[in-house]
Amino acid sequence: MTAPVLEVEDLRVRLRTPRGPADVVNGLSYTVGAGETVAVVGESGSGKSVSVLALLGLLPARVATVTGRAVLQGEDLLTMPPQRLRQVRGPGAGMVFQDPMTSLNPVLTIGRQLVEGIRAHGDVSKQAARGRAAELLREVGLPDPERALDRYPHELSGGMRQRVVIAIALSNSPSLLIADEATTALDVTVQAQIIDLVEKLQDEHGTGVIWITHDLGVVAGIADRVLVMYGGRCVEDGTVDDVLERPAHPYTRGLLGSLPDLAAPVGPDGEVPELTAVPGLPPPPTDLPPGCVFWPRCPVRADPRCETEQPPLAVVSRAAAAGPGGATASGAHAGDGAGLPHRAATWCAEEEVPRG
Amino acid sequence: MGDVLVSARGLEVHFPVRGKGKAAGVLRAVDGVDLDVLRGETLGLVGESGCGKSTLGNALLRLVPPTGGSVTFDGTDVTSLDRRGLKEMRRRAGMVFQDPFASLDPRRTVAQTVSEPLEVHGLRSGKRERATRVAELLELVGLDPAVAGRYPHEFSGGQRQRVGIARALAGEPDFLVCDEAIASLDVSVQAQVLNLLRRLQRQLGLTLLFISHDLSAVRHISDRIAVMYLGRIVEIGPAAAVGSDPQMPYTQALLSAVPVPHPAKERARERIVLRGDVPSPSDVPSGCRFRTRCPYVFEPCDDVDPALQPAGAPGQLAACHLHGVEGTPVTRTPEGVTADP
Repeated sequence: MTAPVLEVEDLRVRLRTPRGPADVVNGLSYTVGAGETVAVVGESGSGKSVSVLALLGLLPARVATVTGRAVLQGEDLLTMPPQRLRQVRGPGAGMVFQDPMTSLNPVLTIGRQLVEGIRAHGDVSKQAARGRAAELLREVGLPDPERALDRYPHELSGGMRQRVVIAIALSNSPSLLIADEATTALDVTVQAQIIDLVEKLQDEHGTGVIWITHDLGVVAGIADRVLVMYGGRCVEDGTVDDVLERPAHPYTRGLLGSLPDLAAPVGPDGEVPELTAVPGLPPPPTDLPPGCVFWPRCPVRADPRCETEQPPLAVVSRAAAAGPGGATASGAHAGDGAGLPHRAATWCAEEEVPRG
Repeated sequence: MGDVLVSARGLEVHFPVRGKGKAAGVLRAVDGVDLDVLRGETLGLVGESGCGKSTLGNALLRLVPPTGGSVTFDGTDVTSLDRRGLKEMRRRAGMVFQDPFASLDPRRTVAQTVSEPLEVHGLRSGKRERATRVAELLELVGLDPAVAGRYPHEFSGGQRQRVGIARALAGEPDFLVCDEAIASLDVSVQAQVLNLLRRLQRQLGLTLLFISHDLSAVRHISDRIAVMYLGRIVEIGPAAAVGSDPQMPYTQALLSAVPVPHPAKERARERIVLRGDVPSPSDVPSGCRFRTRCPYVFEPCDDVDPALQPAGAPGQLAACHLHGVEGTPVTRTPEGVTADP
């Protein structure tokens, strides 16, 4: 196993809000290896976006207190001086945001926005930067890249805009790419194009990817490893097969049960069975429950400690010797995920129960 | 189930487009739709953004005026209704909107919002009767009647959507149009609302038009599914048939693009990745409107606009030349994918 691209340790983010301090991220630890895709899954308010914004120093310092360690290629992002952080954003870590319309500047041409990023991180002439920009657009599959350089964002479709945003994120060949709900605003057929593109680029450049999403279907296709967040904590992590096929945490099971399945078997009455929705709502980060963060909504609650004691992230099973369907089956994707333990933070783990 | 409640024939909604100065074009949002919604069924309407599915839903309720064709609601022609007729039609046809933040008046309490249709349509006289009815409606959608005095900002997205559903049900409608009603909700909350809609549909014998881009959700809730592309319905049929054995290449691509939350299945799947983007609805291709992106395109596609015809399972219709003129499938293999223009 090569040294990980990113190593996050005990990341905590507290935000100052009008309703008092909000503990948005509460002790998150994970690593991302070269060429590996780690999916961070959770619902709105689970802290998944804030956790990566904190890494890149994109939270306003006046309201956010960030502690912990986040080592990107040997340097701690959280203690880095702002000037150094500016140099790291780009060549170190590129970011793709959800909405391609708001992450591009509407009054500047595509070319100008690409050239700006390229020239900010290297002594490149305008002409050479423009050449590189066209090359990048070709790489992300934009038709007629030379002409596209002189176009404005509004002249492109949503899928094409997101390709431009990816081109900008990749323009300095980052070792880490962070995609925050990068395909959520897109149609499924366009989403399939973008996912294919990111996988291809990742194979070519060995980029480590953090893919933040709420869509477990996308996760199944793209991730080597999955980290499920709830209430600012990681409640379950492991290889994609372990987490999605043998979920151990009641929340993960609830989330999977909430998804209508395209291939759902039809019951004897000729109907698709009802979804097992998770009742209630996630807790507000200003008012997290004591004990397990999930217990107020949990259908299991089988342990007296649920209400009082926060369960640690404990190993459910080890996927090292995984057979068919295990981590080793991820084929072309087999990053450093193989051998990673399957862990869950719950007092009520059901071991190795495959999904119904 | 059986007889037709809402029916569209040759329905067109065209919007004028102001070009650069003079050359005015036409945006064909809905461009020749024939559709029957059967009484008591849930019809899912899927398609990608810009395909005209919302406009079609609006046109069925005459929330946008159709520019051509006709719509009938329970036998009466909607396009020629006078004010009184239209008001009664709107009582019998409710609508649930996408954004539960924008579709509720922030300055009105839940009780005021839900009781407005009761007042407008004169369904309950007297404050007390209306308050009782509001409580009933809130209970029906799974909210505590005690919240009636609260304002929208005090609720989560899922709860607001329940308020929106209660309001839509206040007029005791026969027909409910849900336009992307779960799109802005979290996954676990989506499931709650989907279950609620399905339960209400059974309990009240509603006819539901469920408009969504989410194929899995549509497959889950619908009896029949209609697939829309560039203003036209290109495939329609029983949900199981369209969901597992689609006959139109576009539906096939759309279904293959939906990611499923099973890693092994996801990896093993052959995904049909369509090239290019959806053409502009103000510049619809000649012949079959899907031909510019279709992997099976052959010579009749350029000139002849295919009509919906029987294909696959009983009750399944597809608008595709692959199924021949009389519904006999012509076996074809995908042709070499050409580069983007």
